[in-house]
Amino acid sequence: MTTVRNAASCAVSCLVLTAALAYSQSPIERAPARSVAVTNPLERNEQARLAGAKLYARECAACHGSAGQGLGKAPPLSRSAVSEAAPGVLFWVLRNGSLARGMPSFAYLPEPERWQIVTFLRALGSGTIPANQNADSSESTPRSPLNQK
Amino acid sequence: MIIRQCKQAAKSLRRSHLLIAAVWSCISCCWAGEGPFVVTYTHQMEEPGNLEIATKDVTGQPGEGNRFVGAATEFEYGVKGWWTSEWYLDGQATSGDSALFTGYRWENRFRLLSREHWINPVLYVEFENINGADKSLLEIVGHDGKDDLIDPNVEARREKQREIEAKLILSSYFRGWTIAENFIAEKNVRHEPYEFGYAAGISRPLALVARPDRCNVCPENFQLGMEVYGGLGTHATFGLHDTSHYVAPTVAWTLANGTSFRVSPGFGLTGSSARFLLRFGVSYEIAQFGRATRRLFRNSGGRP
Repeated sequence: MTTVRNAASCAVSCLVLTAALAYSQSPIERAPARSVAVTNPLERNEQARLAGAKLYARECAACHGSAGQGLGKAPPLSRSAVSEAAPGVLFWVLRNGSLARGMPSFAYLPEPERWQIVTFLRALGSGTIPANQNADSSESTPRSPLNQK
Repeated sequence: MIIRQCKQAAKSLRRSHLLIAAVWSCISCCWAGEGPFVVTYTHQMEEPGNLEIATKDVTGQPGEGNRFVGAATEFEYGVKGWWTSEWYLDGQATSGDSALFTGYRWENRFRLLSREHWINPVLYVEFENINGADKSLLEIVGHDGKDDLIDPNVEARREKQREIEAKLILSSYFRGWTIAENFIAEKNVRHEPYEFGYAAGISRPLALVARPDRCNVCPENFQLGMEVYGGLGTHATFGLHDTSHYVAPTVAWTLANGTSFRVSPGFGLTGSSARFLLRFGVSYEIAQFGRATRRLFRNSGGRP
């Protein structure tokens, strides 16, 4: 009986530990290794980056800020961890989200649109976007106090 | 004393009006791109903190009955990434009869798996407190049919329908296509047998690639789809006999500012079905409504 109880408590502890570990990792860190090998078919495509900026303003800016600076619990996206992440990893994060951290899945967007966002995100963090061409310039989301830190 | 109380009441009223005005000035819209489905649910959840306000209306003329418009106003809030809660207020107007409020519904959807899979299950639980005159037709279950829609409002409204409804939502995204199936079980908490129903749909945007410029009339903003839905009888009379079924093409158009329009003409497939139902609706999503509200209350002295 004691053995069963010990095994059960061990299993519960493992489960809690795994959950805590999963929560402590960022979605980028949780992406499976195979996603690194997936390439972006729209990499360095200027039209894709502009479309990605429009989609970013529509889908992401309310939480992450219009310039990717991060708002509240949503982390900044204009940082090297994002721009240096493999495109496949960012694509995996967009597809799966991180429900425990409040990031929804964007799997409902067609794959090409998700790649367009990835193209924009990598440019956003690497500083290759001119100051007047970030997500604000598409004007898809009206400016509001929510979009300002 | 009374004058002072009146002044205080007026002051608090003014303050609450200012708060409401401030909330509305702080909110911004976002894309309410839930696809074209009107009856079928997918596993897409509301984003945490976002509030979507939508109308789901239906009009039809059942057999010898009068033409009616059933209206449901929906407030959908993303509580968590895996939990969406919705509040519906229902009403209807029948030509040559009357217009009335028919009740409310409170539904909750829980996403069961945290990651995307080939098939993604969502559990849906709803409590309905409506009366028999309700004609919003948000789902078809049991032996629901056109005969339920022809009773005069004064008689139909006497029937109380306090029901618990559960749905298993299964849906997938595949190469731009959205495919969803819903299995419905409903039980009146007072009496009546368990009733069953189904809904299924498939949809696709007209374009899978977004254009770089902001546009209203461009292919990526349109989604076309097809829904089928109907009743499956009760636990005692399970099957297709004496049940109604509909097939309904659907189209959704989302403007660049996030406002979304849906239209779905539904065609009855059986003798019990209404011959034609036209469903239409508008939705608008307010981004981070929860955060804006919390911030306002914090700034107004609710919390130091």
